Amino acid sequence: MQQMKRYFPHILSALLLGATGCKKDSEFLNVKPTSILTPEQAFASPAQALSVLADLYNRQLDFSSLDGGWVTFADFSESFPSENGQAGIVQRNSWDFGAWGTWDYGYIRHLNLFIERATAAPALSDSDKKRFLAEARFLRANYYFEMAKRMGGVPLILESLEYDFSGDPTYLQYPRAKESEIYDFVISEAEAIKNDLPADPAEKSRATRAAALAMECRAALYAGSIAKYGANTPQVSLPGGEVGIPAAMANDYYTKALQAAQEIISGSAGVYALYNRKPDLSDNFANIFLDKNGNPESIWVEDFKLKSGKVHGFTVANQPRYGAEEEEGGRLNPSLNLVQAFEKLDNTFAPLPVADADGNPIYYDNLLDIFAGRDARLAGTVILPGSAFRGRNVDIWAGYQLADGSIVTGDDRGAQKELPGTNTPVQVVGFDGPINGKEFTAQSGFYIRKYLDPAPGAGSRGTNSEVPFIRYRYAEVLLNAAEAAFELGQPGTAAGYMNQVRARAGLVTPLDAADITFDRIVHERRVELAFEGHILFDMKRWRLAHVVWDGAQMTVSDLTSNIGKANKRSTQPYALWPYKIYDPSGTNNGKWIYKIIRPALVTGTNRFRLGNYYSFINDEIRSNNPKIVRQPNQ
Amino acid sequence: MQIKYHHIILLLLAVAAGACKKDNYDPPTAQLTGRIVYNGEPINVEYNQVSYQLYQFGFGKVGPIEGTFNQEGVYSQVLFNGEYKFIIPNGQGPFRWKQTAAGAPDSVTINMQGNQTLDMEVTPYYMIRSPQLTAANDQVTATCSIEQIITDAAARDLESVSLYVNKTQFVSGANNIAVATLNAADIADPGNVTLQVDVPAITPAQDYVYARIGLKIAGVEDRIFSPLVRLDL
Repeated sequence: MQQMKRYFPHILSALLLGATGCKKDSEFLNVKPTSILTPEQAFASPAQALSVLADLYNRQLDFSSLDGGWVTFADFSESFPSENGQAGIVQRNSWDFGAWGTWDYGYIRHLNLFIERATAAPALSDSDKKRFLAEARFLRANYYFEMAKRMGGVPLILESLEYDFSGDPTYLQYPRAKESEIYDFVISEAEAIKNDLPADPAEKSRATRAAALAMECRAALYAGSIAKYGANTPQVSLPGGEVGIPAAMANDYYTKALQAAQEIISGSAGVYALYNRKPDLSDNFANIFLDKNGNPESIWVEDFKLKSGKVHGFTVANQPRYGAEEEEGGRLNPSLNLVQAFEKLDNTFAPLPVADADGNPIYYDNLLDIFAGRDARLAGTVILPGSAFRGRNVDIWAGYQLADGSIVTGDDRGAQKELPGTNTPVQVVGFDGPINGKEFTAQSGFYIRKYLDPAPGAGSRGTNSEVPFIRYRYAEVLLNAAEAAFELGQPGTAAGYMNQVRARAGLVTPLDAADITFDRIVHERRVELAFEGHILFDMKRWRLAHVVWDGAQMTVSDLTSNIGKANKRSTQPYALWPYKIYDPSGTNNGKWIYKIIRPALVTGTNRFRLGNYYSFINDEIRSNNPKIVRQPNQ
Repeated sequence: MQIKYHHIILLLLAVAAGACKKDNYDPPTAQLTGRIVYNGEPINVEYNQVSYQLYQFGFGKVGPIEGTFNQEGVYSQVLFNGEYKFIIPNGQGPFRWKQTAAGAPDSVTINMQGNQTLDMEVTPYYMIRSPQLTAANDQVTATCSIEQIITDAAARDLESVSLYVNKTQFVSGANNIAVATLNAADIADPGNVTLQVDVPAITPAQDYVYARIGLKIAGVEDRIFSPLVRLDL
């Protein structure tokens, strides 16, 4: 019996082999897979085709994305990364040439296949087919636009390519198109598909007519500025035009950008408007990114839904650490560089007043007083010391300053120490820091507010957040229109568009035509669109990146001078730390002072090399296809 | 289940025995070193910023061995014996590297048979001549003259001259504790440039600093530097 037991499995498998081995090869090998749909099955119904399309939507690339991690929002000295594992962002001295690159021709191929198969699908009605095709072409154009921003001209592949296994792949090797040709393609695709897409402002996550126009508007604006400002960096170009656009083409692009923007503004693609639903202008600004109930401002978003699997942990990563729903948060700390850029309500720029003309500190009764009278977008973008999130005040203060100027502080959140002349320990530093090197505290003195979801549970890992990421929104369209109009010599028109965006932020004194300068255009985009994935591409297309991030160290006087100037250096993130005065016999006891400091972890400088303007195309790609030319200056 | 140690030992032995010899190459041993020079005079740059590439052909797909020059403009690579091609990519360095008619960087062929020292001749846009750096009373003073080397159609304007001071030997725009800059418009006589900067208090206390002069050329991102000097305060 024992023997029998041991041999039983062998006998059984031998029997099984014998049983199946008799089938014909064709019968045995031709089993239809149950988990893979054939093209006919995938396009058998509109719902099936839509689910294929959903995957293609999901694979779109964003520079910053809420499910791509908080780090995609960091960098460029606009914020300080308060997670020790990411301190490299402020410690490196340059970006790799490969940074920000993308080369996803697998995605392009799948888009091309979708277009070919949907075109041929007999089971789809003409109207369904038209919309699906327009959506796929929109996604393809938008991805080519993303590639052009990063790589310049790339091979423009508009059909699926098949290898014939002949051993000679040269017929599959396409050279890079000119940079201008990619932008022309994006613009012409948008024009070609816009009437096949619904003009429906309620549709946010699928492509609409306004989304196509917003893409066209932004692409034309980028191309126009590369043409115009590329003249400042003649060395950033290639003789074949794969990088760089001739200056003569600038006006044409700006004209197209303005037209596309005006088409959205006129309402012909559906009625969009600036979000204006809350009486408090800062809350209102923060709510643009939170309100999913028929938000009139957002045009195309990457949407998320609780309990669906598609959620993101942005709030978990960045919520104020004190009172957070998890033992983490506070990773993105907006820098003083950005905070002080928000202008005053009289349309002037000024550093935050930490000291008077004689250099003596200014004493404030309340923490928020130093920020009074500024652009409402400041408190809508940044959680300031003394303000609240989710109804709870943040606890940001760096310590006590005594009458003799010495500091009493601790090295842990909410640390306690005895103050001189007392023998009971009291709290000497905020539960939100700032403490140098203590991750998750507000090391710059600020937390981010944009996208931070106040819904209960949004800050817990088990629930996460469903706040969408807005890819195109109406305010950007207005700013695009303003920039294009300004570049076309219509500052009056530009002022009209820009004033709408500014009025919503509480800057109600309108700018007139003479006030509109290039510096104003650059400034307005920086503060309105902060942390929305624009700053790198804006600085690149204006050819300002190597000027603003020039690799030189910053001093406090660098920081506080020339605010609002487009070419202002911003190579290191600075911090603003509040201290409480402890001087029981003095008049300033209990008041607040602020100090400008450079966080101790900031040892590197941002150095944007000329070779960073267009990301490195790696050796593997260039070995496989010798027709791909190298990027300049690398 | 009972763990049978002799199985593990056998396995380890097999791995140890199999991992030897045969499939392993000897590491490269031939060292290639040198520096960038103009007429034999060394050119100083910023560390880790000016790159060069070495190519070796005949082994399938081609990709470069990349490296960067150090502060003194020195490069070094350990290589296998064989034939290599050396280039400095376009747009790198405060100098011009020879180019082909098509505008690609021209290459220097290097035949490695054992160690080799090879200086690379380049043409800088400008040279910093007779730099004199002195320190007194917590102040660093530098004088030099600036000579324009490339004067033909490829000539470039001077943008600024800076005196950098640091407490370590790494001295550049990114690494300094004090800097004084003179823009080209403020330079009356390029033959006689004087820069002065106060040295701030250093913690922990240190009675010496390192300093050098850096020259920024319009439209060229890498600076050319004078040789590093150590100054006692």
